Amino acid sequence: MRIGVYVCHCGGNISEVVDVKKVATIAGEQADVVIARDYDHMCSDLGQKLILDDVKEQQLDRVVVAACSPQFQGRTFMNTLKAAGLSPYVLEMANIREQCAWPHADVPAQATDKAADLTAMAIAKARFDEPLDERVMRVGKRVLVVGGGIAGIQAALDLGDSGFDVYLVERGPSIGGKMAQLSRTFPTEDCSACILSPKMADVPANPNIRLLTYSEVESITGCLGNFEVTIVKKPRYVDAGACVACGLCEEKCPVTVPDDFEAGLTTRKAIYVPFGFSVPHKNLIDDSVCLRLTRGGNVCGLCQQACPYGAIDFDQRAETETFTVDTIIVATGYEIFDASEKKVYGYGRFENVVTALEMERMVVHAAEGNPIRPVSGRIAFIQCVGSRDEQVGNEYCSRVCCMYASKLSQLLKRSDPSRDVYVFYTDLRAYGKGFEEYYKRAQSTGVKFVRGRVAELQEDPSTKKVILKAEDTLTRQIIESEFDLVVLSVGMRPSEGTERIADILKLAKSPDGFLQEAHPKFRPVDTLTEGVFLAGTVQGPKDIPDTVAQASAASARAMRLMNQGEYVLDPIVAFIHEDMCDGCGLCIAACPAGAISPTAGVPEIGEAECKGCGSCLSSCPKDALDLRCYTNEQMLAEIESALEAGGEAGATVLVFADDMATYRLADNVGRGKLPYSAATRVIRVPSGSRVTPKLMLRAFELGAGGVLIGESEEKSSPFSGSAAAIRRNVEVVRSILESEGIEGDRVRYVEFVTVMLAKFVGEVNSLCEFAQRSGPISREKRVRLGENVDERLFTAQR
Amino acid sequence: MADRLVISSENEAFLAKIAALSGETITLCDQCGTCSGSCPMVAEMDVTPSQMMRLVQLGQSSEALDSKTMWLCASCFACTVRCPRGLDVSKVAEALRQVTLRKAIDRIDVRAIPADELAELPQIALVSALRKLTG
Repeated sequence: MRIGVYVCHCGGNISEVVDVKKVATIAGEQADVVIARDYDHMCSDLGQKLILDDVKEQQLDRVVVAACSPQFQGRTFMNTLKAAGLSPYVLEMANIREQCAWPHADVPAQATDKAADLTAMAIAKARFDEPLDERVMRVGKRVLVVGGGIAGIQAALDLGDSGFDVYLVERGPSIGGKMAQLSRTFPTEDCSACILSPKMADVPANPNIRLLTYSEVESITGCLGNFEVTIVKKPRYVDAGACVACGLCEEKCPVTVPDDFEAGLTTRKAIYVPFGFSVPHKNLIDDSVCLRLTRGGNVCGLCQQACPYGAIDFDQRAETETFTVDTIIVATGYEIFDASEKKVYGYGRFENVVTALEMERMVVHAAEGNPIRPVSGRIAFIQCVGSRDEQVGNEYCSRVCCMYASKLSQLLKRSDPSRDVYVFYTDLRAYGKGFEEYYKRAQSTGVKFVRGRVAELQEDPSTKKVILKAEDTLTRQIIESEFDLVVLSVGMRPSEGTERIADILKLAKSPDGFLQEAHPKFRPVDTLTEGVFLAGTVQGPKDIPDTVAQASAASARAMRLMNQGEYVLDPIVAFIHEDMCDGCGLCIAACPAGAISPTAGVPEIGEAECKGCGSCLSSCPKDALDLRCYTNEQMLAEIESALEAGGEAGATVLVFADDMATYRLADNVGRGKLPYSAATRVIRVPSGSRVTPKLMLRAFELGAGGVLIGESEEKSSPFSGSAAAIRRNVEVVRSILESEGIEGDRVRYVEFVTVMLAKFVGEVNSLCEFAQRSGPISREKRVRLGENVDERLFTAQR
Repeated sequence: MADRLVISSENEAFLAKIAALSGETITLCDQCGTCSGSCPMVAEMDVTPSQMMRLVQLGQSSEALDSKTMWLCASCFACTVRCPRGLDVSKVAEALRQVTLRKAIDRIDVRAIPADELAELPQIALVSALRKLTG
């Protein structure tokens, strides 16, 4: 083994505090180190050239760079190693700038000792580095878009126009989604159908888009670059090639059912065209109501006789199709809240209580001179139906209802000023571009906004008018008033398709039931599954402009991966030492991602599914589980090295810092030049759950004064279930320490986010002081900690 | 001239006291008015239930305690089962009653009621009177 060590001055940032020459000299004395240098700027071309030349001349097979944070320049030096013909994974960095020179600038002698220690720890870890190859995945240019509403349409068009092969799968018989049902769009009052229909027509016209309507995704397996998708095409019973939607069949069909597209306000036949501008514009037969298809034999068949093109085919059956795609965009949208769940409003029982979606259709038909029902007299809109209401389990705001009520109310008022239109609201949210102006326009039209949530509705049994009861919270008076029509401004909830695709792709949901983005600020359309993106209301309630923007964002993110042509997989995955595994299977339940599956012998870890958190490791009674780049050997080597010098004094505190939050936070504390105890040694881990109880006990056995496990706050953690694993591990260690008469409080678990600078300093100092106050753990106690570790852990964990 | 609303640390103390007594996070009330619209006694009240919540939020102790609202509350829980923020408004009314009752001011002296009148009084009226008007 031939290790090269490079200590960086960072133009004085490090060398003005740390004696870098001394650090390099100490490093040079370590076993396996063949060369140790210090240099002004390691990241400069000349600095990198030093490494390149040494690798060649000294045949280095491991490189340690003691410089800034690996979060900062790690990628640079990995590329240097690649250029030198080495694996990028034989690099270790000692973070002697952010985590040493900067926070310990006021104690330069201690900073120098710590820098030497950190470098020694990196050397110790490097000895066990594996020269892994970068796992490169080929990523082609095929993409699946699930859902054909405006989000799916926009994403499919963006991708198709950019030359990608798009499969657009829609479960309904036409694309267009909910937007197709709307009258006009707020705040500009464009006719919804007029702006949507050209976009819908563009989809089948695009040679790169394969449109699969009336089809459902049945299963998806595989990962980025190789998702195998199985869809089921439901039978339309009409040959789409022959049908011209002439309507002769519909005239003859004897079955009449409520028309979903018209929100059930009008009827259609069992054989029908989804709606006037549907794409595809072809007939299909609803097999849940068709006489022939429900009763069999030669029943009815009138449509078949009527069709001049012979397009009717009662023998069509569902077909399954399988294809492979590289990325997936999920755009499965929303459903409106079922207003009948809000019993006090009597929807479904009271004749003159309708939903806003029904009102949209009523407005459309009235504008066409073909009103579905009279709308006159006194009309009340009730806001927040199914939103912001814990009584129905929905805490969230649906974001569109304030504006669509402003729209519908003023459209009604403008088209007939004799109508009295009221909007009962709790808070009026007009946050978007042009929204406040539009709300103001509704007010100027004469719509009256009343600040109060409606408590209940009653129906006058003889007149069928609706009696509304609410408090006007501004005058504190109770309104009890009769209305001819009440419109419920229903909110959004995740669609059934969203539930299904979340199960199929194992996507996480936020507490509101919508699908969770990978990061609320910086990865708003990504999911935690690489190559799967979210567009539109599948991720949360939003209006049309936001949906379209998000759809374009999702397609851009998908293109980014597909245009690279290949994708470097994160090497940090769990693996099993097969010779040590007895096949007990305890790890299977321990994996929060469900990545471990049972086999007859050694369980199998799905490398694409494994998130690399390490939560599973502590479940293995045989130490057979391990984590690449953070192996048991490497962790032990780092711990032993960290405690080699200061172990006997018992003052050293090990901070295991998760990569996502705590490690970056420690860097930020350094950047802020905030001092904290130099007795700390930060050890980087992907997640605190990687630190098994055995490692913690080993640290105490070697003389650690304290162990702090730092982890991302649970809600922003990239790993589900890691917090629970850490709490369990810490509890186990605590109980074993206490059974030996050692203070349990020497091991602590703290959740951080990257900006909690003061909290980091406070927690770290508090543990260092506690260790100091408690004094070193006696040699006898430490020796006993090392005895029968496996048995004790096994007992404590059960 | 409109009254001036004073918001000081004393007001905070009153809010904290009612919050502690009721166990409700009173600041969660978003003043939607569902409770008032649902209350069967609201016509008799000088202050509506949502207004009572508001007075407590802003720590207006004398206005809240001087109102009849909490004494008229029948604890029917119509407000509680409908509150979109999941608050138990009737518990807040109960807390306000407790604050007054704990002052231990007897507004009726049972011993002063003549025995024959006492015999005529419906028991429920007596229980209510003792409950609400004595400390």
